[in-house]
Amino acid sequence: MEKILKNYSNIFDRATRDELALISREKVTRPVLYVGMGTCGIIAGAEGTLKSAERYLSANGINAELIRVGCLGLCSMEPLLDVQLPGKARISFHHATEDRVEDLLNSVFHQTLDTDSVLCQYQNSGQEEWTGIPAMGQLPFFARQHRIVMRHAGIISPWRINDYLALGGYKSLYKTVLNYTSEKVCEIIDQSELQGRGGGGYPTGKKWMVALGMGSDHKYLICNSDETDPGAFMNRAIIEADPHRVLEGIAIAAYAIGASDAYIYLRSDHMLPIDILKHAVADAREYGFIGGNIFGSGFNLNIHIRLGAGAMVCGEETALIASLEGRRGMPNSKPPYPAEKGLWGYPTIVNNIETLANVPAILENGPTWFKSIGAKESRGTKIFSITGKSLHTGMIEVPMGITIAEIVHSIAGGVKDGKTLKAVLLGGASGVCIPPANLDTAIGYESLHDIDASVGLGGLTVLDQDTCMVDLTRYFMEFLQRESCGKCIPCREGTRRMLQILDDVTRRPREEMHHETLERFKGVVELESLAQVIRDTSLCGLGRNAPNPALSSLKWFRDEFEEHIFDRKCQAGVCRDLRTCYIEAAICNGCNICQKKCPENAIIGSAKLPHFIIESKCTGCGICFESCKFNAIVFK
Amino acid sequence: MTKENLASVLARYPANRKECLLPILQDLQQQVGHLGDDLLTEVGKYLNLPANKVYGVAAFYDRFKFHPKGKYHIRICNGTSCHLEGSATLLAELEKCLKVRTGGTSRDKRFSLEVTTCMGGCSCSPVVVVNDAVHLHVTLEELGTIIRFMKEKTE
Repeated sequence: MEKILKNYSNIFDRATRDELALISREKVTRPVLYVGMGTCGIIAGAEGTLKSAERYLSANGINAELIRVGCLGLCSMEPLLDVQLPGKARISFHHATEDRVEDLLNSVFHQTLDTDSVLCQYQNSGQEEWTGIPAMGQLPFFARQHRIVMRHAGIISPWRINDYLALGGYKSLYKTVLNYTSEKVCEIIDQSELQGRGGGGYPTGKKWMVALGMGSDHKYLICNSDETDPGAFMNRAIIEADPHRVLEGIAIAAYAIGASDAYIYLRSDHMLPIDILKHAVADAREYGFIGGNIFGSGFNLNIHIRLGAGAMVCGEETALIASLEGRRGMPNSKPPYPAEKGLWGYPTIVNNIETLANVPAILENGPTWFKSIGAKESRGTKIFSITGKSLHTGMIEVPMGITIAEIVHSIAGGVKDGKTLKAVLLGGASGVCIPPANLDTAIGYESLHDIDASVGLGGLTVLDQDTCMVDLTRYFMEFLQRESCGKCIPCREGTRRMLQILDDVTRRPREEMHHETLERFKGVVELESLAQVIRDTSLCGLGRNAPNPALSSLKWFRDEFEEHIFDRKCQAGVCRDLRTCYIEAAICNGCNICQKKCPENAIIGSAKLPHFIIESKCTGCGICFESCKFNAIVFK
Repeated sequence: MTKENLASVLARYPANRKECLLPILQDLQQQVGHLGDDLLTEVGKYLNLPANKVYGVAAFYDRFKFHPKGKYHIRICNGTSCHLEGSATLLAELEKCLKVRTGGTSRDKRFSLEVTTCMGGCSCSPVVVVNDAVHLHVTLEELGTIIRFMKEKTE
């Protein structure tokens, strides 16, 4: 016990301000290089950047520190390379691919910066700023953000516990276990009005109080990080950027409900967050922040990491518990709620990772501080992962109450390539599409309810004019149908039937006269009522939300559905079976390339004269469209 | 996998504890690449579960594979971003050219194809991963080059 306390005080008490500043790298004595190495960064080529930087340092004999950090959130600019010279502000380069590293580093070390390749500079007190380079807070992407959970994202190394400690990490846990009773912690969280960030929005404090009130010798805490929603990656990014914040949140939550075992349920597709989290747990155990008798308070906590196996339904709490028990991940009907009877029959709290990552900050700054952020009914911040056709994609953390328009236009930079916005899809696969007219709605659990939308896990996809809503709906339906666990009939059979109907709508008609057409119309007529039945009668949230994309696109984009059903046309040119290619004779110069590439031999024409596509032969595969260098081919 | 190897993996977990089923299967799959019939039976014996139950649980989850992978294991992302950028067309092309079904292995064991949910490359979509090589912003034309390369290498 003494050793642990000593270790802890070593970090906070003995370390003078200067030493802390050195650990947190507020001041540096030698150059420090940071490479953004989240999964997104690695896919964009950060491994090459790191190697290239290593080579540069050793070739030029520079004594510098090279640090792997998580994702800053601006995925579309990756790989990111930051450099901090002693006495100078830290600057960040975007698109620092392997081949550009040498030039970029040369420009820093010789002080001949090319401002185009610099993203921004960090504002550190007492350090000389670079001239002509915007500060991070001045960039539109960061200006409107309010970072609590992502405060350290991309700034500190997820592999070093000291980085987190130097910035005040584990202080809240220390304060909590030594000063507060479990009841008091629940009360603080309840006062802060923190709501579950996994989609439901249930008050976290209330949930904890239920579990605390259960007189049971065993209780469990489960941290849910099994995001399988396509286009949602905030849970992964939180772990990759700041794993100790999550662990601290888990420890406080476990203390609050009186649990001595906590499980982290992780998605198994990405190896990096698993490695980082295992490393973090080992470090925290070594420092005595988890394990037996934490800070000498008598509070014990074991953290176990369990991997999911790719079933979306396991994001539902009862299904997750079934999966942990070694069964098929199928949900049970509630009540009893897991807070009363969960894992192995004991009271269990299942919280989303983002909810738990908010907890340390609330205990550090108090519930009033947390309540001052965000909107009236929804406090605090929410992380969104922005994907799709916006200029910037990545992760943002914004205060609740911000409008969707602000996120799309100010933060994400609007639609790229000068195209027009068609809709915004909020909430991933079982989310709702929102037409441009409704974008002024504020983000929040109540306010979104008015337009039948929900925050969901926080996936936000920007759609432009080239997106076909029918195809997108079909895509989500296909995904949800595949992920349906099969326990209840409305979801299992209903989603299958919905997919069938949407398939009929987007498929090429073999004949337009008889049975098939009748089937198509019959299906379409019933689509809405079927969706309503699935929504009303499914067992779990997955089924209840499955018809959302279909219902909302039917509501806002009925024209497009009708065009597919009656005219058999796809204006966006996405539904492969419903499109034919057409050559603009005025642009085509007869280069012959498309003719050679066409797999169906549907293109005719002689060299140097405009070509022509035989409509009956064209399958709409789009190969000619991709191969044409003059953009002479259009979809009709 | 040899008997000794299997025994050493199983020894890491307590016997007769049903909740260890998924971790054991994940561990085995990571080492062998797929879960064969004999492995499932052995795991069942160790945990005192009937083999059909083991298979039933394993088959429920997408990540468990019951057939060996091909020499080239191709993973194509079908996240929202990749779908918007046309991953469905790429998938159709792969299935056609490699004569392999989604989730399956071609008859000559050269290629296996897997559709994954988001791989994290949303800003570089569509993403195709061949063994460990990541291809970003893949167009139909580039995919043709990749396919030709794989076919030549395995001829």
